[in-house]
Amino acid sequence: MPITEIVFYVFSLVMVSAGVAVITVRNPVYSALFLVLAFFSSAAIWLLLEAEFLAIVLILVYVGAVMVLFLFVVMMLDINLTPLKEGFIRYLPVGIVVAVLMAAELLLVIWSKGSFDQGAFPIPPPNPVGFSNTKALGELLFTNYLLAFEAAGVILLVAIIAAIALTLRKRVGEKRQNPAMQVRVQRDERVRLVKMDPEPRQGN
Amino acid sequence: MLTLAHFLSLGAILFCLGVAGIFLNRKNVIILLMCIELMLLAVNMNFVAFSRFLGNMDGQVFVFFILTVAASEAAIGLAILVVLFRNRRTINVAELDELKG
Repeated sequence: MPITEIVFYVFSLVMVSAGVAVITVRNPVYSALFLVLAFFSSAAIWLLLEAEFLAIVLILVYVGAVMVLFLFVVMMLDINLTPLKEGFIRYLPVGIVVAVLMAAELLLVIWSKGSFDQGAFPIPPPNPVGFSNTKALGELLFTNYLLAFEAAGVILLVAIIAAIALTLRKRVGEKRQNPAMQVRVQRDERVRLVKMDPEPRQGN
Repeated sequence: MLTLAHFLSLGAILFCLGVAGIFLNRKNVIILLMCIELMLLAVNMNFVAFSRFLGNMDGQVFVFFILTVAASEAAIGLAILVVLFRNRRTINVAELDELKG
């Protein structure tokens, strides 16, 4: 058995087990950590498929940013876990039946003769030495897909603004400065001149 | 030999796990979001496998865009979740029935 197949089967096994753990463990923190494990194994399998740039991006962006965000939220919210797990046993048979049926159908199509086997999709030769996956992807991204790339940037900007606008709030009793009001202030609002008679000298 | 069918099978199994997770954890919004991430990962796996076996880089560009959209979706989803928890003190889907849908 060549080394690539061993790598594929080991990482697939880890990935599927991590996927099962994500949907079955009680604690959402463990769920998020198992999802991180699934992403890591997936990145390894993408390396086998010679998609090096995307494998690194998956780890940097997904594990480094998105999953950390998940963990932040999970740990920040003080969740009562008991009512969230009720119905797990009730929906277990239905979930298993639907999942197994779907998987069986998909696998039936995938493994039917002549659809996706070696005859229909011959195994491509490995990329030549010095071939840069990142460079090829970048050339495609900045020529054919330039408009879509810019749109993706706008989507990320919208996501930033939406996330901040949703979670920003004014607490009751909080003291904060309003620069506009500070600049607009008039002399009369700050200074009051009082006219009064001089008091007689003390001690006479 | 590792054929395209191997990688497609892995993607299919992962996708079905995501669907099963939505059935099993229908009370917990956080795990529902994680299941969506799992399904997106399965789809990305298929894209990368087809990109390799067809010798066409366009599939990887699509994965790039799916990762972008999924990241923004997760950010906005978690922001909504935080606001929800702040207002209702719960993230139980069964208790979120204001709209009487």
